[in-house]
Amino acid sequence: MEFTNWSCPLPLLDYPNIVIGHGGGGKLSAELIEHLFLPAFRNDVLENLGDSSVLNVPAGRLAFSTDSFVVKPLFFPGGSIGDLAVNGTVNDLAMSGARPLFLSAGFIIEEGFSMSSLAQVVQRMAQAAEKAGVLVVTGDTKVVEKGHGDGCYINTAGIGVMPDGLHIGPTRAQPGDAVIVSGSIGDHGMAIMSVRESLEFETTIESDCAALNTLVDAMLGVSRDIHVLRDPTRGGVASSLNEIAGQSRVGIMIDETKIPVKSDVHSACELLGLDPIYVANEGKLIAIVAGHAADAVLACMRTHPLGVEAAIIGTVTAKHPGMLVAKTGIGGTRVIPMQIGEQLPRIC
Amino acid sequence: MKYMNEFRDGATAQRLAQEIRQITTRPWAIMEVCGGQTHSIIRNGIDQLLPEEIELIHGPGCPVCVTPLELIDKALAIASLPGVMFCSFGDMLRVPGSTKDLFKVKSEGGDIRVVYSPLDAVTLAQKNPEKQVVFFGIGFETTAPANAMAVHLAKKLGLRNFSMLVSHVLVPPALEAIMTSPISRVQAFLAAGHVCSVMGYWQYPPIVERFHVPIVITGFEPLDVLQGIRQTVVQLEAGEASVENAYARVCSFEGNKTAQKMLEEVFEVTDRAWRGVGTIPKSGWRLSPAYRDFDAEYRFEVSGIETKESPLCRAGEVLQGALKPNQCEAFGKQCTPRNPLGATMVSAEGACAAYYNYGRFVTLEKAQQPVHA
Repeated sequence: MEFTNWSCPLPLLDYPNIVIGHGGGGKLSAELIEHLFLPAFRNDVLENLGDSSVLNVPAGRLAFSTDSFVVKPLFFPGGSIGDLAVNGTVNDLAMSGARPLFLSAGFIIEEGFSMSSLAQVVQRMAQAAEKAGVLVVTGDTKVVEKGHGDGCYINTAGIGVMPDGLHIGPTRAQPGDAVIVSGSIGDHGMAIMSVRESLEFETTIESDCAALNTLVDAMLGVSRDIHVLRDPTRGGVASSLNEIAGQSRVGIMIDETKIPVKSDVHSACELLGLDPIYVANEGKLIAIVAGHAADAVLACMRTHPLGVEAAIIGTVTAKHPGMLVAKTGIGGTRVIPMQIGEQLPRIC
Repeated sequence: MKYMNEFRDGATAQRLAQEIRQITTRPWAIMEVCGGQTHSIIRNGIDQLLPEEIELIHGPGCPVCVTPLELIDKALAIASLPGVMFCSFGDMLRVPGSTKDLFKVKSEGGDIRVVYSPLDAVTLAQKNPEKQVVFFGIGFETTAPANAMAVHLAKKLGLRNFSMLVSHVLVPPALEAIMTSPISRVQAFLAAGHVCSVMGYWQYPPIVERFHVPIVITGFEPLDVLQGIRQTVVQLEAGEASVENAYARVCSFEGNKTAQKMLEEVFEVTDRAWRGVGTIPKSGWRLSPAYRDFDAEYRFEVSGIETKESPLCRAGEVLQGALKPNQCEAFGKQCTPRNPLGATMVSAEGACAAYYNYGRFVTLEKAQQPVHA
């Protein structure tokens, strides 16, 4: 774990681990804010330290979203809970076509959690926020008793501004639209699995955790005929496409051979009896795009670092509304249903 | 992926399917014994490549489906005990007992762990000496060697806090039970390749002779399954019945002797109840007297269990090919993947769940085909 920019300042050195008092609103809380959170997230709005932050936003529509992060383990190949907490909410905003601007960050920390681990998490958040071009403008810290949390949980909420006249949403898929995925699927879920207690296996799979707002920007620069955007996180591509089929009252037909899957992800899934189409992603998007615009959007995606492996994997159809159907490698078809529950421990 | 993609080739699959269509002259009911084969058939859409005359009956080879309700209730009771860490393969967690499943026990505070190998449970027992670690040892001959190894190891290590709740089932007695059942329509078997990789197939010639039923040892990739079906149909059309091995890259006649020796030491044959089918004589394994100390049924006193199977569920008839899932009155009404009444609706490759998911699609496709006068 790289953590070179931060050296533990004096007041925090007295406390190598988080104690209940760090969430008590007194001096210990103030020290945590002053020496850890502020230096990491430094910006004018945050530094006012008021009970709320006052933001300047352009006139028009806002997008607003929130997400909580309870991933285990906190650090995994290719990312950490800090990266997820920023990118997850940035992506939720970007999937409505919004330009993400501001985030809040709420920490629920378990008593005894190491100060240096917290610092690493916060540092990763700060780096992710800078990369995504968003400011963390307000925050909160609570400490819970030992045994009442898995080290650290994070909630982020985000605000973004909506471009005029843009309407992207899960009800807008239409027959004839193309289904595009921005790259290989299942990387995040399998990276997490590879480091799970009692399941460790040796692999080079890394989480794809990334902020997708610049990719969305580029796509919207080419065409406004993007009807739906989704980031297929928990439940994977299968769940996202089932939801779109249900909400838009259309059928979706995909070709399994067109879906990009890395060979080591494929192997790990085979070994564990998983289907990559249900495995979580944290840096991929699905775009449902008007048929006539699909090639242009795809070409644009492939010039972006996060869309190099983008592919058209299927089409929207008026047949079998509400259902996701796949053409299999041997020329059969199969229905890909929504997963009922979760087979495995939480992934994000 | 080497050694896997070669057996998923689309063009070869189409060619094999074409051959099957050419040699099939009348209806045949073939049972694929193993749940893994059912999964492959559904996952790849293999059944759609076959001629209409060929009906695949999803057999009882899904351990999740046939583990008796009494034992699941017992597992739930043991898992609920304070101080117990209950370890299971993931897919048992959603199987409904009489009143709840393992997920619900977990939410009520039970310490339930999903493991990928019984040996992980042994490790957990070593790491948690204050806990009683119980592994839910279910499955066919395939999972049995690893389970036997885990018990063997626990005994060698002198682990007093490890035990196994065993409900192993055996394929050959089930095939005999199906062939003697008055409601069964099965005319040939695709035998379970993985079971044969352990046990070999020396147990099958007497069954073939007694019932004049073709048995073809079959693998799991699309080309394996199609090849197994092709060899079966060749026999059926010729009126012949013999044991053939269509999975020779994995299975031999003798099987894995080392594994068989271990199984013989750790387990003994017992009568076993199969969910939905009933008790089949000598169709299961339990821990042998030398390992009885590691048997969770002996270690834990759980009483007052009231086992109550849904009166609506007809999974037993489905498992024998006597009833199609959508012919059951509860199908899609009281019984759905969200609220399964029986185990065949739980896992996606359970016959009922497969019908539920795929059946809706087929119905819609047919309804939308233009009608020609």
